[in-house]
Amino acid sequence: MNIFDRMMSLDRRWVFLFLALVCVITHVVPFSIPIIITQEAKSIYSFIDTLKEGDIIFMAIDYDPNSLAEMHPMTYAIAEHAFRKKLKIIFTSLSVNGPGMADLAIRDISDSVKIGKTYNGVYYEGREVVNGIDYIFLGYKPYPALVIVGMGQNFRLPFPTDYYGTPLDEHPIMQGVQNYDQIKCVVDISGTSGVDMWITYGQGRYNFPLALGLTGVMAADYYPYLNSGQVFGILGGLLGAAQYEKMADNPGRAVDGMRVQLFAHIVIILFIVMGNVGFLLSRRKARKD
Amino acid sequence: MKLKLLIFLCLLLFLIIPPSWGQEDATMENPADTLSIPPPAPVTNLRANDVDNDHGHAIEVRWTKSVDDGAGLNNVFGYVVYRALSPEGPFEERGRVPIGEEYYNDVGSKEKESIAYMPDYTNYFYKIRTLTSDSTIFRDTGVLGPVYSYGQWFNKARIPVLIFVAGFLIVTLFFISKAKSGADLFVRQLAGIEAVDEAIGRATEMGKPILYVLGLGTASEIATIASFTILGRVAKKVAEYQTGLIVPCYDPIVMTVAQETVKASYMDAGRPDSYNDDMVYFVTQSQFAYVAAVNGTMLRELPATNIYMGKFFAESLILAETGALAGSIQIAGTDEIAQIPFFVVACDYTLIGEELYAASAYLGREPILLGSLKAQDYAKAAVIFIAIIGFITVNFGWTGFTQLFEVPNSFFSQLFGGPS
Amino acid sequence: MKRQLPLVLVFIFGVFMIFQYFVPHESSEWIFEFLLDWIYIIGIFAMALAIYSLVRVSWDKIKHRRENWQYAVMTLLGLFLMVLFGFDYGRHFFSAEGLQNFMFRHFFDYIMIPIQATMFSLLAFFIASAAYRAFRARSLLASLLLISALIVMLRFNPYLGPVAEYMEKTASWLLNVPNLAAKRGIIIGVGLGIVATALKVILGIERNYLGKD
Repeated sequence: MNIFDRMMSLDRRWVFLFLALVCVITHVVPFSIPIIITQEAKSIYSFIDTLKEGDIIFMAIDYDPNSLAEMHPMTYAIAEHAFRKKLKIIFTSLSVNGPGMADLAIRDISDSVKIGKTYNGVYYEGREVVNGIDYIFLGYKPYPALVIVGMGQNFRLPFPTDYYGTPLDEHPIMQGVQNYDQIKCVVDISGTSGVDMWITYGQGRYNFPLALGLTGVMAADYYPYLNSGQVFGILGGLLGAAQYEKMADNPGRAVDGMRVQLFAHIVIILFIVMGNVGFLLSRRKARKD
Repeated sequence: MKLKLLIFLCLLLFLIIPPSWGQEDATMENPADTLSIPPPAPVTNLRANDVDNDHGHAIEVRWTKSVDDGAGLNNVFGYVVYRALSPEGPFEERGRVPIGEEYYNDVGSKEKESIAYMPDYTNYFYKIRTLTSDSTIFRDTGVLGPVYSYGQWFNKARIPVLIFVAGFLIVTLFFISKAKSGADLFVRQLAGIEAVDEAIGRATEMGKPILYVLGLGTASEIATIASFTILGRVAKKVAEYQTGLIVPCYDPIVMTVAQETVKASYMDAGRPDSYNDDMVYFVTQSQFAYVAAVNGTMLRELPATNIYMGKFFAESLILAETGALAGSIQIAGTDEIAQIPFFVVACDYTLIGEELYAASAYLGREPILLGSLKAQDYAKAAVIFIAIIGFITVNFGWTGFTQLFEVPNSFFSQLFGGPS
Repeated sequence: MKRQLPLVLVFIFGVFMIFQYFVPHESSEWIFEFLLDWIYIIGIFAMALAIYSLVRVSWDKIKHRRENWQYAVMTLLGLFLMVLFGFDYGRHFFSAEGLQNFMFRHFFDYIMIPIQATMFSLLAFFIASAAYRAFRARSLLASLLLISALIVMLRFNPYLGPVAEYMEKTASWLLNVPNLAAKRGIIIGVGLGIVATALKVILGIERNYLGKD
């Protein structure tokens, strides 16, 4: 086997090893990289930034622990931005392990918001976000399509109580809030097919502004909905989360993770180039022979 | 002495007189008499009607904004919508609307126990208050009413969908009757389905089982229903050749339907005793736990053939690459567009999108199924034709044609008597 | 009767759901909400069947010491421990505490989350090896695919200097024009397929899910 054949048919384990080394090194060595902001991410940030104090947004935490690395930074960035602006949030989860993700996120964000910080030149005083007043977590119910349609009629239909067992009407945040009509927008952070349910059964039926936070793999498929206006913004993968963190002036895990992602992409491109060089040279050699 | 007493009495008089004497009365009935901000003009053209195409319990209130909203005195701060059960009141605030807006949807609950309950066929009276930055200075309209809400029996805004479904049904029935009368309906070759028989044969020769993955969809998903059809065929062949079959399931209901399908296929093949319920088993409803279990099965059992048919998500490449590592022939079919490239790259054969749905017609060749497949093709041709017409009309500046196809559709709503 | 009854039920409820989509009145909504509750109930019964299937398969492997029976032990252990900790064992045995139970949360945060995140991370490595194998310039179309993939992968790379803007614009064009056109075509086909298959199921033309005649 000559060198070109070796380049073309490298054992996949070498690819895995080299990629793992690059990921570990770029994670351990701290340095920053510039983040390019896209219009679809900016739309979400601008929408939430222009909402007034007391406006309610709906966040569907529809991802499992497997998508934690990409989705958690998005949840943190958006929810912290909303809480800093004194918006109210209704959380729900339509994936099986979503309540765990939502619970983790709410705990961490509540702790973070207690500390006063300056973002984009504006100082935000630290405050306590209170369950039932500043946010409510409805919990999880199976069969997302049914839950979404049910919530369009009344949140109390699929969720008579919140995740902790308290009837919704006992929470001040739910006073006068029946369904999507009282919500400014729905942000679905999802790594599952629940997104299609939100678009078809939610936005398609009830016409509320819908923004999506998706894994990188899924994001490209939902641009048709962005172009048709069914969705007003998309955060795609870790890059989307990093873009939001940058716009909110709140760098976190996503911005840190971008350097790993960037160099991993470069490694993949190098392997593709190497494979093609080997292929082309091997073919030329075979023709000569 | 008398003078001093008189002066003392006058001083006492000043002490007991209310300090507001000489000032303007703060409780004056007409706040418009204050001199700080002039009162704005009220809104005009106030009208209210039941919200169309809904289940009731909602009234939409519209008006023309005050002439002082963004013009004139430019002192309008917003509007408040008030509602009462009688023209005399008492009026309750229903909502606040920012400046520039001329519309408010008064929505109530249909649940009698709810505090927001808004019964249908109940007369309501409305008025709009135009606010300024001083909450004591405002202007009210006259009272409008009575108006009541009620539910509609037909959603006119969804007429385009009704026309499409009815049209599609007629075309489907036409082609089914045509197929039943003996017409030969051509269906092109689907390489993925043709390869199934060959793959089963390979598994039999190697003495290895076949792994069939139904995907992560529920039993109500069309891709999963199509997958049941292919599973039935695979199971029948497997029963005939006495090859092993492993069907790990993600959804409990899918598992029960798959068990029925495989059992029926074994009975059709004349080998009911070879069927074992453990061939089709539930794993977990956690996506990556399911993938881990299936990957483990692939690497331990080393199936000769892996068939992935149904709804797949991020795990598709992990499944396909692990199957490639195990050296299996792989045939995949999904309607999840994001996953098709991964299957194309890692599998030997791939059914793309609607090819998966066509599988049942392709396998059985029954006239009824072929007829419906033909109807699908003609419907697609119609969609292409309409899209081209729409493209041309929009580029010439006429949006009327494309508006006919919007959902919710305002054209049909107004055509059949809804409010503008 | 075994086949007729399900077909009749599928027809009645299928037609009702179509009907309900066009009838917004409260009465049709009431029936729809009633049916939603039934779907939850059926799902729960199916889950009971599924758990029985899993336990039986695993127990069978353990009992007969089949190959790799130890994995079956772990499966059953995981299943029953999480159920046990999902209830507040100490005080209110029959109330589901879920994440409020310390051990449940511990298992979730330190076992479930890392394991699932690890499984998803495998995707990065598999994408690398799949891309290395698949993106070869074997033909003109394959070469176009290769170049497009490289452009899209590089579009957000901040180190491209003056080329970055053109790369981003080209990548956006690739994603928003040819990619979107192809996807829309597939979406339209899939949509029509879904309508056709749904009609076939409702009308009883498609019956494979019912099993044997």
